[in-house]
Amino acid sequence: MAWVLLSFTRFFWEVDMRILLAALAFLLGISNASAQTIKIGLVTALSGQSARAGEAITRGLAIAIDEINAKGGVLGRQLELVRRDDEATPAKGVIAARELLFKEKVAVLFGGLDTPVSLAIVPIMNQEKVPFMGPWAAGTPITRNGADPNFVFRVSAVDEIVNRAMLQYSQKTFNAKNCGMILVNNPWGESNEKGLTAALAAKGMKPAGVEKFDGNDVDVVPQLTRLKAAGADCLFLVGNVGPSAQVVKSLDRMGWKPPIVSHWGPAGGRFTELAGPSAKDVHFIQTYSFFGKQSPVGEKVLKALMAKYPDVKGAGDVTPAVGVANAYDGMMLTAMAIQNAGSIDGPKIREGFYRIGRYEGLIKTYDKPFTPGNHDAVNENDYVWTQFIDNQILPVGMKN
Amino acid sequence: MLVTSALITGLALGSMYGLLALGFHVTYAVSSTVNFAQGSSMMLGAVFAYTFAVTLGWPLAPAAFLALALCALYGVIVELLAVRPFARRGSSAWLMATVALGIVADNTVLFTFGKEPRGFTLAWAQGSVQLAGINVSWLQIAIPAVGLALAAALHLFSRHTKLGKAMLAVVQNPDAARLMGINVALAVSLAYAASSLFAGAAGIMIAPLFNVHSDMGTLFGLKAFAVAILGGVTSAWGVMLAGLIFGLTESLITALLGSGYTQILSFALVIAALALMPNGLFGRAEVKKV
Repeated sequence: MAWVLLSFTRFFWEVDMRILLAALAFLLGISNASAQTIKIGLVTALSGQSARAGEAITRGLAIAIDEINAKGGVLGRQLELVRRDDEATPAKGVIAARELLFKEKVAVLFGGLDTPVSLAIVPIMNQEKVPFMGPWAAGTPITRNGADPNFVFRVSAVDEIVNRAMLQYSQKTFNAKNCGMILVNNPWGESNEKGLTAALAAKGMKPAGVEKFDGNDVDVVPQLTRLKAAGADCLFLVGNVGPSAQVVKSLDRMGWKPPIVSHWGPAGGRFTELAGPSAKDVHFIQTYSFFGKQSPVGEKVLKALMAKYPDVKGAGDVTPAVGVANAYDGMMLTAMAIQNAGSIDGPKIREGFYRIGRYEGLIKTYDKPFTPGNHDAVNENDYVWTQFIDNQILPVGMKN
Repeated sequence: MLVTSALITGLALGSMYGLLALGFHVTYAVSSTVNFAQGSSMMLGAVFAYTFAVTLGWPLAPAAFLALALCALYGVIVELLAVRPFARRGSSAWLMATVALGIVADNTVLFTFGKEPRGFTLAWAQGSVQLAGINVSWLQIAIPAVGLALAAALHLFSRHTKLGKAMLAVVQNPDAARLMGINVALAVSLAYAASSLFAGAAGIMIAPLFNVHSDMGTLFGLKAFAVAILGGVTSAWGVMLAGLIFGLTESLITALLGSGYTQILSFALVIAALALMPNGLFGRAEVKKV
């Protein structure tokens, strides 16, 4: 009897142990699988005036990551996106970046829309030797930051190049001879003041005037009146959605309608709603438009966006397109860099960026997009001039 | 043209600063306390009006009326929750409590109204008129007119109504007023309601010029407090005039010297004015009878 009882106990003990071990192995498996993902960080504005921009970057990254993961991931591991809201504030961006670096251990960090936030994060990335990819913020010093080695790369416009393109466009399209600058009062505005002044100086010209305005300024009429009095025949506008809308509304109140050649700030949100009917008069730069004939990659990305996001019914719903396109190409190039590196070690990934060869992307076909002397993959040949028609960003002259 | 344009801009902005500062005056005069988050009341006015007029599609008049009524109610809540419990104990913690309640209001709006700013367009405000050779929108004329009309309404209310006279009695001597059967707590509550109502009115008027979002009142609230101190917080017309002076100064500095000097010079002038006249431009030193 005692033997039977002992056998029973041993049987259940063994069964329990087997179940426990199996459960443990299962849990370990899950945890191991989770550890196997390569984390890609994103610090951008997910709330406030630039929330749409943050959502566009998120969507571009998500589509690229889905595509990469469907093909087996990178280095045999799946990619995982980890996002944090910087609320367009440098201090919050720095806190978020540190959390993603030290707690989440991201392999690469993507930045957002705001140049001041990216400029605050860049020194940390170079210090920690983790690559930083800029899919939007265009401030020249973000990539040209003087660090050696430099861990900052960008698939986006660059102020210095955009400024040359703005001057060229104002002369070619509006025959402008005396443009004035109306710039947001932050490091992004300063970066553009330098770039536009240099672009004008290269052609032996000077601005009609340089005026700054704050993001919370209700009325920009005094600044614009100064530019008008100085004889400005066009305006170079640099500011995000809300501030740019304030400039347009102030111009309406003045009854002054100079051509407005803008950086791409207005693309980041409800510009038409905020600026009113005159929003369409602002011509601004973009790196991509989903309107018109698309490349096979463009068709593939648009199809994926429509499948993943119910609110995307067509090209007009991919807004702002620049955030989606830059982030998509940025993620694809980053995946290639990690593949080239053969590990998620920061310095090796950095070297991996330099070994990227030819890649047929969404914005263009890249050929050796990054070299030690050039960390910007997009240049002036890749820009598209656009305007808002209703709520959609269309290439200038294209009807809705 | 430069100066005329700056004057029109300055009058519109200045009357808004004045209206917000008037809110500081009303509560300070009656209870020696203020709602430091006056900017949040302004934001609530704009958000409520937008919700009724744009989201629900109501005509502007009932939308604005209900928005103002809700702002007044918010003022009563501020007094009840963030001021009365502390002021009754002689504590100055109401200062921080009003700021905290403002942060709660801002964040509640952030999560309910949405994170993106919204455009509040009024069809009638789109029109403009030529004045002294420059284009002036109807809104730029309406804003100072309504601002001054509200200030005048406060003046008439306090001088010619029983309730207004009761509030004046509380201003002069709360204990004596209480002995005369005046409900001091109600008077203070009403002062906070009026304060938030003025801020809400400023929010509704500024929204079409600006946009509507949860932190739209923060900078306005700060500037309005500077204006209230500049005018002498004990003088109603003083703070209104100080608002106009501050708005005009800001615009004229921007127009004549450039935007780079606006904040530096306008606030430097506030400091200089207070150094020369510590009780503000129109305020009087408090007389302590012993």
